[in-house]
Formats: sequence, C-alpha cells, structure tokens
Amino acid sequence: MVLLELKHLVKAFGGLKAVNDVSFQVEKGEIFGLIGPNGSGKTTIFNCINNFFPITAGDVLFKGRSIGGLKTYKVCHLGIGRTFQVVKPLARLSVMDNVIASAFCRVNTIKEAEAQAERILDFTNLTGEASKPAKSLPIAGRKRLEIARALATRPDLLLLDETAAGLNPSELDEAIGLIKKIRDSGITILIVEHIMKVIMTISDRIHAINFGQTIAEGTPRQVANNQAVIEAYLGEEYAHS
Amino acid sequence: MKNKKIGLTVLGIIAIVFPLVIRSDYYLHLLIIALMWVVIGSSWNLLAGYTGQVSFGHAIFFGTGAYTAGILAAKLGISAWWGLVFGGVVSMLVALFVGWVCFRLRGPYFALATLAGGEIIRLVATNWESLTEGMVGILIIQSFRSKLPYYYIALFLAIFCIYAIAIVMKTKWGYYFVSVREDQDAAESLGINTALYKNVSLLISAFFTGSAGAFYMNYMAFIDPQVVFSLHYISIMAILVGIVGGVATIWGPAVGAFIMVGVQETFRSSFFGVAPKWVSQGHALVFGLLVIFVIMFMANGVVGDWSKIRRAIFRKKTSRYKGEEYGTP
Repeated sequence: MVLLELKHLVKAFGGLKAVNDVSFQVEKGEIFGLIGPNGSGKTTIFNCINNFFPITAGDVLFKGRSIGGLKTYKVCHLGIGRTFQVVKPLARLSVMDNVIASAFCRVNTIKEAEAQAERILDFTNLTGEASKPAKSLPIAGRKRLEIARALATRPDLLLLDETAAGLNPSELDEAIGLIKKIRDSGITILIVEHIMKVIMTISDRIHAINFGQTIAEGTPRQVANNQAVIEAYLGEEYAHS
Repeated sequence: MKNKKIGLTVLGIIAIVFPLVIRSDYYLHLLIIALMWVVIGSSWNLLAGYTGQVSFGHAIFFGTGAYTAGILAAKLGISAWWGLVFGGVVSMLVALFVGWVCFRLRGPYFALATLAGGEIIRLVATNWESLTEGMVGILIIQSFRSKLPYYYIALFLAIFCIYAIAIVMKTKWGYYFVSVREDQDAAESLGINTALYKNVSLLISAFFTGSAGAFYMNYMAFIDPQVVFSLHYISIMAILVGIVGGVATIWGPAVGAFIMVGVQETFRSSFFGVAPKWVSQGHALVFGLLVIFVIMFMANGVVGDWSKIRRAIFRKKTSRYKGEEYGTP
C-alpha cells in the first residue's frame, strides 16, 4: 500500500527551482531513503510535505488524500511527524514537557499525555534526562528528543531529517538501532541522510536527487552503483575510473 | 507541597484580615490599586511571559473594560459592576480584532503593532465624543463610600485571575502556550495550531485586563482616555509589573504589582513627605533604573530568581537554585 506519494512536486523560490518535478512513492512499513548532495533540495521536499512552504506545482498525497494545501499542524494531525535537521527543542522546557506538549496532539488530559510521554521517553532511551531542560542535552540527546517528540504525535509516517548528522560512531549505532525499532513498531519512515553508513544499511529503497531533480531510485546497492549518483557525489572525473 | 499550602492559607488569612486591623483608607487604597495590578500583570504575563507574545498595548483592553463599565452606567443606566463581566467580554471582542491584525507579525514587530494599537484606540476614544465624552471623561457615582468592599472585590478578582491562569497552565492549553513561545515552527509541526492558541491566550489575557479596567471605573468613579488608555501608566506599567516580578511565573506579576505600586507611591509622595518635593518628579527615572537593574542582575524577576536573591542576602552556601524552571508549566 502506498502511504505517501509525491506527484511531480515543484517548489520554486523566485526563479530558482529548488525541487523540480520530483515524484516518488513510499510504501507502508518501509524505510525510504532520500539522498543528494548539499543543496539538492532534500529538506525542501520535507518542508513541502508538511507544508512549511506552499508547493508551487504538483501534489503530495498521503493515504491517497491530497495534503497539498493543508496547514502544517493539520498535516501532523493526519499522521505525519517530522524532525528538524537544525534541531528545534523547546529549549527552556524539560525533556519530559517537550514530549508531553507533543503528546497533546492525540490526547486531551494531562494524565494521558504524561503516560504517553513516559512510554516514548522509555522507547527513545531518554528517561534518564526527563527532568533536564532540553537545552542542556548534548547534540545526540537533542536529536533523540526530536524523534521522541515526533513519535509522541503518534505518526503513521515519520520524516527524519539528518538525525544522524554530528553523531559519533557509537551514537550512530544507537541511532540506527532506534530507527529500526521505530520501523518495527509499524511506523513508515522517510529519511534524509548524508552518512552513507546509516542510509545504506537501513533503507529498503533509496531515491537520489541532485539540483532538485531525480537522478536515481532503487535498492541501496542499485543506487550506490548508479553512474549519475556517483557523478553527483564525487564529480564527473571519478565516475568512470 | 504542604509548605506551599500552609503558606497560601496564611497569606489568604492575612489578606482577609488585614484591612479589618489596619484601618487606614490610605493604605487600603494602595492595596486595592496593587491588587488591580496583580490582575493586569498576571494577564499580561499569560500572553507575554507564557505565550511569548510581548504586548505593549494592554491599555487597549484595560481602557476598553473601563469604558464598557462607564458607558453601561452613564449612558444605559446599568450598574457599572456588570462591567466586570461585560468589560471583559467587550475586551475579548476587541482582542479578536487586535489578534487578527497583530498576530500576522512575530516578535518585536508584534510588540510594535500592539503599541500602535494602543495609541490608535486612545485617539479614537478621545475623539469619539458621542460615545466616550472625549476628554471630558465619564463620571459615575460610587456604589460604596467605604473602601472595604472595593478591597474585597479586588482581592477576589486577583485570586480568581491567578487561580484561573494557574489552572490553564496545567492543561493542554498551557503546554501549547509555552510551546508557541519556545519555537513556533516546531510547535506547528507538532500539530499545534499556533495561530489559534496565540489568540486563545490573547483572549484570556484581554478578558481579565478588561475586567480590571471595569473595576477601576467602579473604584475611581472617573475615567478619561488619557488615563485608561495611557501608554506609560497602563501598557508600560503592565510590562514593568511582569518583568520585575518575574515573567512566566504564576506569582511573579503578583509580587511585581506590589513592588511597583510601592515604588511608585513612595516616589510620588516624596518618601511619604520626608524627602524634598522634587523627588516626586523622579519616579519615571527610578522605574527606568529599576528595570535596567532587574534585567541585568535578575532576568527572571524577583520570583524567577528568588533563590538567587536569597543566596545573595543570606549568603547561604547550600544552593537550592534550580534556575531552569523558567516557564515550566
């Protein structure tokens, strides 16, 4: 079953087409990787999916329904959670309160929200930091908090924007483990990532873009061996050697 | 927790008994004014401290409440006390419009828009003479000759306002307010309708401020636009009360209100007649210095930085300063 579908998505900033005619489908239950060099439009695609930016042309379908013009918070209520590349914790609130605030997306009483937050902190291994202010967390913790908050909104689809960037090797393994655990709990994941170790090991399928346009799609192995992808990442002179 | 309950009970008893023991109209007047500022400061704090939308125009709601009560009494012959409710409601209607216009802007631009809004409504009230009597002002007849009833009404308003805000801050709304303050974009992506909740916060804030305005009308029996829509006597004073007491704390504005009314009166009366007369001219200067001092040395206000202050005074080594409780609902 197709959970998310991008149909000829175009996002232009003035004359610059940051995303130019990108189409792909994310199947329910898979981890779908989105890769591309810096500035190729990955985060812009995320911002179009949850409507931070209005899309210029094309459409985004979620569970078969067009979500092109919906407000950001409504997209969240429909079941799309997202994390930010540049983490946006509610800095002066405690980790617990951060997650409680997100949990209110689905529940109305403080008791239910607290119970849900506790479960999610446990799931993301943040229970130990629950009472610390979010701004006191190191980067790895903040990235996990981003995930925890997104999970607290009980999404069907989770958009992960470079959640592994800036982590050290052992933290990377933890992050990979967490992402797999989330997938196993039944949540579909669309992930943007630069670190090949992460994207290649966890993705079921990968979609590669450059300058806002699709250059390849397939299994991690297919994409890794694709000429256009190698060109985009290493430059033309390395592509044929 | 238990200490807190005992403390509140003691405070409550003192508040109820105080005017029966100290029978001085002068001190009672100061207390009534301070209690009114507790209401205004607390509601300003809900919007600015908790929700992060700093308003420079709370005189809009104060004045609207006061004029609603005044016009009810002077033109329609309905008791001005109804203004406590209707003043709040009319202020909410005005707030709907203010929010519709000003919430298109963020941060300092929002603050400037509310500042402009306050000046606009003051000029409208000055010139719309058929409704407001303009600079002539509105005069009504006081309901009570004694100050005691006013004291208890103001006390009730203040307690009700603080209690209501404390309750709201423990619910979904409260969490949403602080989320909006911390990061609007993150809040939006977490499913929070930021536009809606900013307006909810503004409406609650406007209701209580309007109610306080209506109380002022009843108590002072005379209003004119220069007083109730005043930028520096109302809008700025609301900010000072909040900042000095401590933004984003439940009790901050209450403490701030008593401090600010105390400082204001001390200087207005030239230290109760002890100092030379020219000292009374200096109260604006002292306000300014006080704010600079608070911002530099205790940015979370008296309540927010209380443990810091206690350490400074008693030089206690054992620190119970948590310091990070800022705005936690």
